[in-house]
Amino acid sequence: MRSLILRASTRLLVSLILVFSVYLLIRGHHAPGGGFSGALVAGTAFALYAIAEGAASVRRALRLDPRSLIVTGMLLALASGLTGLVSGRPFLTGLWWTLTLGQDYKIALGTPLFFDIGVYLIVLGTILTLILALEES
Amino acid sequence: MHKTGNHLSDWIARSTALLPLFIFTYAATLVMPVMSDGPVRLGLPWVPGLDISLTFSIDGLSLLFMLIISAVGFFVTLYSVNYLHGYHHTGRFFLFLHAFMLSMLGLVTADNMMALFVFWELTTIFSYLLIGFEHEAETSRHSARQALLVTGAGGLALLAAFLLLQIITGTADISGLTGWDGQLRSHPLYEAIFVLIAIGAFTKSAQFPFHFWLPHAMAAPTPISAFLHSATMVKGGIYLLARFHPILGGTPAWTATLMITGALTAVGAAVLAMGQSDLKKILAYTTLTALGIMTMFLGGASTPSLTAAMTFLLVHSLYKSGLFLMAGIVDHQTGTRQLENLGGLCTRMPFTACSSVAACLSMAGFPLFFGFIGKEIMYKGALAETMCPQLAVSAAVLANALMTAVAGILVVRVFWGRPRPEHAAVKEASVFMWCGPVVLGGIGIVFGIIPEWVGHWLVAPAVRAFHVSSEHIKLELFHGINMPLLLSLLTITMGACFFLFHRSLYRLLKGTVKHLPITSGRVYNGIIVGVARLGYLQIRLLQNGSLHRYLFIVLATFLTVVGYTWLRWTDVFPAWELPALSIREWLLIALITASVITVLATRTLLLAICALGVIGTGLAIVFLSYGAPDVALTQLLVETLTVVIVSVILLRLPALKRSEHPKRIKRLMDAILAGGVGVLVTSLLLAVLAVNPSHSLTAFFEQNSYLAAHGKNIVNVILVDFRSLDTMGEIIVVATAGLAGFALIKQQRRKHK
Repeated sequence: MRSLILRASTRLLVSLILVFSVYLLIRGHHAPGGGFSGALVAGTAFALYAIAEGAASVRRALRLDPRSLIVTGMLLALASGLTGLVSGRPFLTGLWWTLTLGQDYKIALGTPLFFDIGVYLIVLGTILTLILALEES
Repeated sequence: MHKTGNHLSDWIARSTALLPLFIFTYAATLVMPVMSDGPVRLGLPWVPGLDISLTFSIDGLSLLFMLIISAVGFFVTLYSVNYLHGYHHTGRFFLFLHAFMLSMLGLVTADNMMALFVFWELTTIFSYLLIGFEHEAETSRHSARQALLVTGAGGLALLAAFLLLQIITGTADISGLTGWDGQLRSHPLYEAIFVLIAIGAFTKSAQFPFHFWLPHAMAAPTPISAFLHSATMVKGGIYLLARFHPILGGTPAWTATLMITGALTAVGAAVLAMGQSDLKKILAYTTLTALGIMTMFLGGASTPSLTAAMTFLLVHSLYKSGLFLMAGIVDHQTGTRQLENLGGLCTRMPFTACSSVAACLSMAGFPLFFGFIGKEIMYKGALAETMCPQLAVSAAVLANALMTAVAGILVVRVFWGRPRPEHAAVKEASVFMWCGPVVLGGIGIVFGIIPEWVGHWLVAPAVRAFHVSSEHIKLELFHGINMPLLLSLLTITMGACFFLFHRSLYRLLKGTVKHLPITSGRVYNGIIVGVARLGYLQIRLLQNGSLHRYLFIVLATFLTVVGYTWLRWTDVFPAWELPALSIREWLLIALITASVITVLATRTLLLAICALGVIGTGLAIVFLSYGAPDVALTQLLVETLTVVIVSVILLRLPALKRSEHPKRIKRLMDAILAGGVGVLVTSLLLAVLAVNPSHSLTAFFEQNSYLAAHGKNIVNVILVDFRSLDTMGEIIVVATAGLAGFALIKQQRRKHK
């Protein structure tokens, strides 16, 4: 039997937790956070969802097999590393570009960000793979 | 069957024969330049950091091998297309075949020892795949594994020898070793290097006591036996001995070992060949004989002896691959390879019969066949041996006489005699199958008539590549009436006698091997069974499936190894003094301690998990209060997630029983181990703090984090930029662990169903 309270609160919480997890991922470069912590938070969100609604709902919400998240993350991390190699520097060298938005707002964008997103996807994919497999067994 | 589709795929398969044809042509065009200008060299760096380069050097010795490999490879490819009708996975077969051929070509041309080793192992692997080609049959798999283990072990010995050579001389190129020859022979490590090289060569070329894998390798499809196990791969050891002859050869140890092993293998295998009735087994044992003869002659250091080895190499490759192909044709057309079921096939299969007669006469060493030339030079070489020429001569005569008898058996028992009624409908095989034996047999006749030409263009350059001598190397049809000719006559007479009594010899020898008290095949089986038993014992002892046992072993190992290393190698000890703590910190310690006690005391698993979570959270607060927010955040999240996941598992599982009355002694051991590990880790951490750590790294990170890596959070910058290769490794571990866990869960579920 599913608890109605849990289901109702989960619906609210999951989206909030997921937003928070992305926030953690992005702020990681300047403040505590990062891909690993962000993925753990997102994993908690999906675990909560799985407990409240069942594994099938999580799969429906994800639309993707969590294993493909692992693969995508691995490819992203690899690509960010190879970018350094292609430009003639050692594997995994961080490369940076500065985007200018509007008049005086600048954002530094670099391969480490993509590497971190790769970490995020791999960790999240692994957690989801295990949780869903366990839920379904 | 789709006739047209079949035809198309046949022609595609046949077209791959263009590869060996191209290599043969290329090798043939190199004969003249190599003779006049010396070795052709080409090279490209491979692993420059380890001084491994793909350097190839083609001299006369390599050329002789290249020509043999590509010529036999060409005919074997054509042959296999028809031979393999009705087999599965023929595409795979041709892939392995050509991959083997290329590795073999790499083996005989590589100049860098590491490259040679890699090619050596590649031939072993492709031989394994090809012997086990019919992998549904148990015997195939068994034979393939045996060949792999024996030759693979020899390959490892070879690697050790190469490394020793490289350490002593500082060069990895064989061409760079030649300047060292005198010093190497008197080097204290010479014996070790020689033994390792000999093990490598003897396993590959199936010399006693490693000979047993070759007869078993006959489980491979026959074209593979013709190609790998008579003409090319098994000659890898011969090549190695020839190649290292100028560097290591000529010492008493070298001569004695090679001559005795070679003679023993040659005569022993020839005797055993008489006790076989399977065509392929007979050919396999005579191949052992031939390899033994070559090894024996490579043991010598005189020009005639080495010339004999190289000439016989060519002689043997020509007739033996033809005979193997013949055995395959007979098997393919009649469905049997047993001598007692064959006979009178000469009218049914004229081309096969003609080529087999030519090959057998060459094998028997009749004049006007190339085998005769090979035998003459062999006796000349044996008489010229410096160490114990009597042994060489008698072994050569005996082995050759037995081979003559075997040649007679093959021709007479298969092609002459009473035709079998069950073979009334047998027809000659396709032209693609018999063209190989016919051409190879034909070459045997042509070479037998113009030996001077062969000697000048093929054999002499091969010998000169590893033997410096002013002596003229010449192959001749007629040397005049001398000792070698008389020995040849004696051989043929003895061979005829053996042939006349071959049925009684067969009956006598058939059961002998079974009655021998010890054979190397049985020793091998004993070792395999022993290893399996050891593995079983080890699993029962260490990996019995109990998580408790695993943890105990891991922690006990950690405790002893780390504890020992620490006490033995360092003199850093912790300072045991309690700093002044605030009330808040005391409260935290009390909370953590209380949780630990709860974990130990509780009987409910869920409570234990939650208490563990509290401990983790307490630690996170410690991190936080000492200024490591990143670590605290991660710790907190991991703890939360762990509690969630473990609860999910616990909710699914049937209520776990804590063993009601665990043995007191066992619990005591657990407690001691847990306490020991705790004390060790705590004191290690305190000891680390007692040493004043260097702050140079911290300073570097502080300086560069924002300027070079655009990040203010140093921890994260280290993770994703400065030390991102570490992170890369970690995420690979995470992903692998996740997928492995997934596989385990799935498997468990399938078991329940």
